[in-house]
Amino acid sequence: MLIGIPKESLRGETRVAATPDTVGKLIKLGFEVQIQSNAGADASFDDAAYTAAGAKVVKGREVWNSSDIIFKVNAPNDDEVGYLKEGQTLVSFIRPAQHPELVAKLNEKKVNVLAMDMVPRISRAQALDALSSTANISGYRAVIEAAHCFGRFFTGQVTAAGKVPPAKVMVIGAGVAGLAAIGAAHSLGAVVRAFDTRLEVADQIKSMGGEFLKLDFKQEDGSSSDGYAKVMSDEFIKAEMELFAKQAKEVDIIITTAAIPGKPAPRLVTKEMVESMKPGSVIVDLAAATGGNCELTVEGKITTTENGVKIIGYSDLAARLPAQSSQLYGTNLVNLAKLLCKNKDGQINIDFEDVVLRNMTVTKDGEVTFPPPKISVSAAPAAKPAAAPQQKVEQRQVSKTLKVSCVIALIVAFALIGLFAPEKFLPHFTVFVLACVCGYYVVWNVTHSLHTPLMSVTNAISGIIVVGALLQISSGASVVISAFAFIGVLIASINIFGGFAVTRRMLAMFRKQ
Amino acid sequence: MVLGPIHMAYILAALLFILALAGLSKQETAKLGCLSGMVGMTIALLATFAQVESATGFILIIIAMAIGAGIGIYVARKVAMTQMPEMIACLHSFVGLAAVLVGYNSFLELGGVAPETVTIPVNASADEIAALLESAGAAVAGAASAMTVGELNTHLVEIFLGVFIGAVTFTGSIVAYGKLNGTYKLRIFKSSPLVIPGGHWLNLAALIVSLFLMIWFMASDTPSVAPLVIMTLIAFVFGIHLVAAIGGADMPVVISMLNSYSGWAAAASGFMLSNDLLIVTGALVGSSGAILSYIMCRAMNRSFISVIAGGFGNESAAASSDEEMGEYREMKCPEVAELLKNSSSVIIAPGYGMAVAQAQNAVAQMTEKLQARGVQVRFAIHPVAGRLPGHMNVLLAEAKVPYDIVLEMDEINDDFENTDTVLVIGANDTVNPAALENPNSPIAGMPVLEVWKARNVVVFKRSMNTGYAGVQNPLFFKENTAMCFGDAKKSIEEIVSAL
Repeated sequence: MLIGIPKESLRGETRVAATPDTVGKLIKLGFEVQIQSNAGADASFDDAAYTAAGAKVVKGREVWNSSDIIFKVNAPNDDEVGYLKEGQTLVSFIRPAQHPELVAKLNEKKVNVLAMDMVPRISRAQALDALSSTANISGYRAVIEAAHCFGRFFTGQVTAAGKVPPAKVMVIGAGVAGLAAIGAAHSLGAVVRAFDTRLEVADQIKSMGGEFLKLDFKQEDGSSSDGYAKVMSDEFIKAEMELFAKQAKEVDIIITTAAIPGKPAPRLVTKEMVESMKPGSVIVDLAAATGGNCELTVEGKITTTENGVKIIGYSDLAARLPAQSSQLYGTNLVNLAKLLCKNKDGQINIDFEDVVLRNMTVTKDGEVTFPPPKISVSAAPAAKPAAAPQQKVEQRQVSKTLKVSCVIALIVAFALIGLFAPEKFLPHFTVFVLACVCGYYVVWNVTHSLHTPLMSVTNAISGIIVVGALLQISSGASVVISAFAFIGVLIASINIFGGFAVTRRMLAMFRKQ
Repeated sequence: MVLGPIHMAYILAALLFILALAGLSKQETAKLGCLSGMVGMTIALLATFAQVESATGFILIIIAMAIGAGIGIYVARKVAMTQMPEMIACLHSFVGLAAVLVGYNSFLELGGVAPETVTIPVNASADEIAALLESAGAAVAGAASAMTVGELNTHLVEIFLGVFIGAVTFTGSIVAYGKLNGTYKLRIFKSSPLVIPGGHWLNLAALIVSLFLMIWFMASDTPSVAPLVIMTLIAFVFGIHLVAAIGGADMPVVISMLNSYSGWAAAASGFMLSNDLLIVTGALVGSSGAILSYIMCRAMNRSFISVIAGGFGNESAAASSDEEMGEYREMKCPEVAELLKNSSSVIIAPGYGMAVAQAQNAVAQMTEKLQARGVQVRFAIHPVAGRLPGHMNVLLAEAKVPYDIVLEMDEINDDFENTDTVLVIGANDTVNPAALENPNSPIAGMPVLEVWKARNVVVFKRSMNTGYAGVQNPLFFKENTAMCFGDAKKSIEEIVSAL
């Protein structure tokens, strides 16, 4: 089938849905690819590169007319919807929840539409999660933008001209964008702190080089099964705001990434907080497109407040790294193509049995299939840690009753022995119990590689039973006893000599380099 | 007879045995540990010889020990390292049998004197007891007359338990031996678990019946041999069933469990002979074997209780799945050699297949060649790789692979990500990603070597058959995995010649 890559029509859009690299991969899957002339120009991919990769370069609307599948970045505008024909398949960002009218229009045209923003957050679908790859770039770029506006170093230095303190960065929201920002700021040398309502991300923050700002608040975890943070209680938000107000006075740069899917962004940085910041400080608001996490954010612009704080409200951060964004998005599309075309023969099949495809499909064969049925995201990032402790608790309870019954059984056994066992037995029993404990401590830390020699040596030692047979052999009470004892001595000797000999043989083999 | 020095000698021997076990827990002190075990054993034997008074006894002992030593040393010299598991299982059965024999002897020595004398001792004078003791000769347990009713009962319980544990160890070890050897046609020696309906109830019934037999054994005025014999037969069957119900893949745990049982058998004999040395040594071996089994169970994510109860391998073997997981990629030996040449770090994950194919020497050669090329080569050993704990380490040591490049799972699992090539040689379940990814898998939750995180994985296997747990392995169908079919030894040798 023929995949068409049109030039993006949205003003300021620099990305393209395929790079020469991903074109090659699509062709390997059995597809043909055609691309509108100059489609990759803003992302520094010229037509010649696409031709070299095997794509056909076509002029103007031709790409819409003859393609079976259209790969795009942004949702089509009204003109572009007009170009579409029945039976074509469109893959792009759609945001069907926010744009029901667009979905209706596309359905009228009877095109099949897959929304790249509807990739479910399950492990298997990560390879095509375009939101994550975009967020990753945005997070990185947010730090670069902040560094550009910030009048000082990020890293601390001691120079002949004096000591420079490191910049302090606070990142709010440790999703993909937040983590990317933490990583980028940390590698520039800044001191990074990060906050998130989901407690489970603390380790992820640490792994990227950030310090997790823990709220001094009764445990309330903001994890939810769809992989996003949930809305928190009022008291929690109050405590959270106090934390931000305190941090605002200390830090030089704030990067906010808090977003709630399908809702306006939460207000986290108030006017008062901005006013309390030091002059020259920078705020980067990644949620500018959905209203902004900061009260003073203006979408698409850098504003400077009266006290000299710069607020960056760019909503096109990913598009500011066009080559990288196009490459990652293009790869997401290749991975989608792999799902659609399992036989690698260039034919696609929108298989509703596959939850990933089902979830992404907005319209199919003239029917609106949005919203998709809720999928049980067993592998959602939040579900795992939530389920595990429960099991552990159960196990713990089981082992607790087990322990208690063991202790009771021991006490009963000891009492019985104490009551009924003859005196002569007791010293032997003492020795027995102490030897058991001794064996435990001696063996507990054995290295794994020595298990076999250890076992053969204990085997040899357990040949000590020969002592019993030796004592009996000479008792002379009857021939039977002597015969039994004779056999006993014989086989126990095999054990003793064989066991020690084989242990020595094995140990002689172990050597160090 | 001088009891003081003998007793001290026994204490010394016990200490040396403890030192032996402690020494064996580290590479550096292992040889010393083995030596102190041998010295301890010599002291114990000499001290026991001092108690033997009759000349015929001595002659018999010398003949028996000479034969035993001859057989033991001969076998120890001859046995191939790959057959180590069978040999150890076989040796366990000897301890079991010896414990049964010692138990019967103790009973027989108690013999005919019991009925009249049991009633006497309460009002027997010291002289009488001394006289009786003398007449009974030097045998320690010979004088039932010297016992109170309580002591006699305790003694009977000791005999009964000793024989029971010994018998279970004996037949259990024989079955384990047969399973590991794999050349016997008998059903109980097949590596797949023998599942009898209601098997657990049978085990329980056997235990309860044995308990009643013990009560009968103690209650009768004349300690009769009948309950003892019946119990021995039941214990023999019990031992067979216990081990037969366990699958071949779980043999490492079984072996160390039997090791533990053989220790308890020795301890029980110690009780019946009132011999502290036997008690100490038996308890040491018993508890160390139990700990070892526990460590292994943890590595396999299995419950310790169900292992001791036996038949714990059932679930995994029952749930065999033949489902196709997709396509796999095949790679020939020269290509693998090429891949290795271009790698800067290689990890080798061996399994039972390497032992079967006797490929350890070829693997060692390959390691040397790769190291000569400047490639970093390491080995990743899963705790339950092979059929005996530490089996792989012994094989690699035999092939002169230095032990400091042979790493445990926990030490190396994080390094797979930064590794160019992983060679999986005859391992299957221990590298199965389903254990982590598929909660319904029979091996779910078992820690595995995360080989699939490496850039390339080559799996050496004879065919696409499943491993011992009977579970299909998604690793084989991963995109970065290639299969190299054929006998592991031949394949590796081919690679060595291509390097």
